[in-house]
Amino acid sequence: MNTVVRGLRGFATYMGSLMGADAYQKYLEHFEATAHSGPAMTEREFWRDRMDRQDSNPQGRCC
Amino acid sequence: MGKISDQSKLAEGLDPTLPPPAVEDSVREAEERTWTPAKIGLWVAISLLGAVAWFMLALVRGETVNAIWFVFAAVCTYLIGYRFYSKVIERYLLKPDDRRATPAEYKADGKDYVRTDRNVLFGHHFAAIAGAGPLVGPVIAAQMGYLPGTIWIIIGVVLAGAVQDYLVMFFSMRRGGRSLGQMAREELGVIGGTAALVATLLIMIIIVAILALVVVNALGESPWGVFSVGMTIPIALFMGVYLRFIRPGKVMEVSIIGFVLLMAAIIGGGAVAGTEWGAAFFHLDKVTIAWGIIIYGFIAAILPVWLLLAPRDYLSTFMKIGVIVMLAVAIIVVRPEITVPAFSEFASRENGPVFSGALFPFLFVTIACGALSGFHALISSGTTPKLIEKERQTRFIGYGGMLMESFVAIMALVAAISIDRGIYFAMNAPLALTGGTVESAAQWVNSLGLANVNITPEVLAQTAKDVGEESIISRSGGAPTLAVGLAHIMQQFIGGPGMMAFWYHFAIMFEALFILTAVDAGTRVARFMLQDSIGNFVPKFKEASWRPGAWLCTAIMVGAWGAVLLMGVTDPLGGINTLFPLFGIANQLLAAIALAVCLAITAKRGVFKWLWIVAVPLTFAAVVTITASFHKIFSPVPAVGYFANNQAFSKALADGKTEFGTAKTVAAMEAVVRNTMIQGVLSVIFVTLSIIVIVAALLATIKAIRAGGGQDHEDPPVPSKVYAPAGLFPTAAEKTLLAEWNALPAEKRSQKAGHH
Repeated sequence: MNTVVRGLRGFATYMGSLMGADAYQKYLEHFEATAHSGPAMTEREFWRDRMDRQDSNPQGRCC
Repeated sequence: MGKISDQSKLAEGLDPTLPPPAVEDSVREAEERTWTPAKIGLWVAISLLGAVAWFMLALVRGETVNAIWFVFAAVCTYLIGYRFYSKVIERYLLKPDDRRATPAEYKADGKDYVRTDRNVLFGHHFAAIAGAGPLVGPVIAAQMGYLPGTIWIIIGVVLAGAVQDYLVMFFSMRRGGRSLGQMAREELGVIGGTAALVATLLIMIIIVAILALVVVNALGESPWGVFSVGMTIPIALFMGVYLRFIRPGKVMEVSIIGFVLLMAAIIGGGAVAGTEWGAAFFHLDKVTIAWGIIIYGFIAAILPVWLLLAPRDYLSTFMKIGVIVMLAVAIIVVRPEITVPAFSEFASRENGPVFSGALFPFLFVTIACGALSGFHALISSGTTPKLIEKERQTRFIGYGGMLMESFVAIMALVAAISIDRGIYFAMNAPLALTGGTVESAAQWVNSLGLANVNITPEVLAQTAKDVGEESIISRSGGAPTLAVGLAHIMQQFIGGPGMMAFWYHFAIMFEALFILTAVDAGTRVARFMLQDSIGNFVPKFKEASWRPGAWLCTAIMVGAWGAVLLMGVTDPLGGINTLFPLFGIANQLLAAIALAVCLAITAKRGVFKWLWIVAVPLTFAAVVTITASFHKIFSPVPAVGYFANNQAFSKALADGKTEFGTAKTVAAMEAVVRNTMIQGVLSVIFVTLSIIVIVAALLATIKAIRAGGGQDHEDPPVPSKVYAPAGLFPTAAEKTLLAEWNALPAEKRSQKAGHH
């Protein structure tokens, strides 16, 4: 039973990273690992910024 | 240049306090070249199983063949191709070096350049390259029997498609994630680069138009389909608002909510289509739906990304992974018996009803995605290379990702050929041939004289009823056929015959979802390319935030693909029949362009002995597409040549005829004259541009060979300070090194190295 739960949890985590749900986490990790001026963006700011940058930098989707 | 100095510079720059960022070359070589009895046994078993599977498919001529042999033939061939052929490419042609940092490391910004776990990036890249293409092409190509398509999909991907994706990804990664267009300009000069840019833009228009045509054909006169696909718009808007204002960043949560709503929309669609008002309100003809998609396409492309595009992309990714896993499991569990012959009666003719033209070259352009898809070069350059953690992972992500798409194509082929051949031809032939009613369609199909085909009007009517549609006659475009095949297989797996209508509309829904996402994204990318090009003359256009410029360029792009779409929808000859080859040719020409750029880069790297790895697929793609284009331009057979058809209809009009061939009115005849002229001119432009690019690449290649190499446009090497294994399963040496890295205190590992 535990194996099943762990498997499902692993799959959920995988799907999450696949869809970019951990993008803010990764941004924070990068932010903390590097020299910076000013505070990090909040989660809300980060997602706004991310979407707005896609507006001017569209990514192709294939057929 | 000078690889030696690069190497020593890299060696000097390594951080002595860290473990090495790569497995020692000698250790890796020893590991790769050691053959234990268990390893030999495994590969002998894989080879034997693959050989038996190919034998069953290609040589045994029984009444039926089991679908499981397709799976074995494909998977065993992929494994062998991945283990041996891609390894040759890696070892002798690309020579990745894990001591070198990838753009995700040396340009890391936490946003666009982020080191991503290889298994996650594999799925991410796969979701970006795979869409409706591999689901549609193989279905249409099944007209010729199962074997030609199967061989091309499986062998083509190993020797051509996956090679292209892998090379483009690697070269783009070495150039900081530059796009194919930028690389073409750099390597081929102004003329070659400009031709590549214009060709890419035109090809994108054609591809978007024909994908949209597939959706229109699937939704025309289908109230259930129109309702459920239409509901994806409010669902996506809701998800967008939810993510922006209510719970930012909760991507999984909103995707699950969206998925549940989507299922409700499919089930609700059946109920709505069952009511009188619903059937009346959502029963739309194809021209109306085409206009709907054009207007939608324009609005979607100017709305902010967060509102519509991003949430639908989440839904689409979610569905993509789910559907493909589900289909694979269902085919393995159900193992349908296939009654379609290996080579059909149409394999040796050039006037097939589903697509016209002879097996060579038209089969090879009809199946583009799944075997060799030029569009992938646009994805493999740019986005994915900015996320790669280590150089050696490009083999797994680039080559392996494309093998995965090929497997999707094989599954689509299996699903489509698991239905009765009579139903297949009744669904995929143009209206002008089937006549549109079950009686006329059955009569026409039986008159074809196909072996073991004897369809009755009752069977056609019953099939339509089973899948919850008014009619399945002349539903060309591949998507509805795949949906019937998928419903046929899935109902044996889950739910029984009562669930067929659900599964049919589930399939239509996800195909429409993939295509609409591709249409949106394609329009946006094309708009930016156009803005950038105009910006060279009118600088104001380069400002992405300048609304009038953005709107004007969007309108031009939507107008262009919209015109081709309407042309296809109203074409008296049946739009898919005439236009689908153009889609394939466009896609393969882009592949030829991408491979030509790779050829020039390879020659400049000075590895002449292994140039054939690029030259073989390039030659094949060039021969196929140029021959196909020449057929379309010069063939005297009206069913094949655009201009021959144009002349035949012009002459009929001049002779005062009021109907000719499948066009029953003067207006229809005039439409044929107009359409064939446009299609013919487009063919001429495509092939001319591509020949310019290929010639430019050949000149650059010859120049490099004479000079013993050429200028290298790679970013300067930067020593890497992270480590992660290369493939799905780490080898023993990789595990040892990974353990050294994991033993470091957290602050010494700049971010987590390879978790998982």
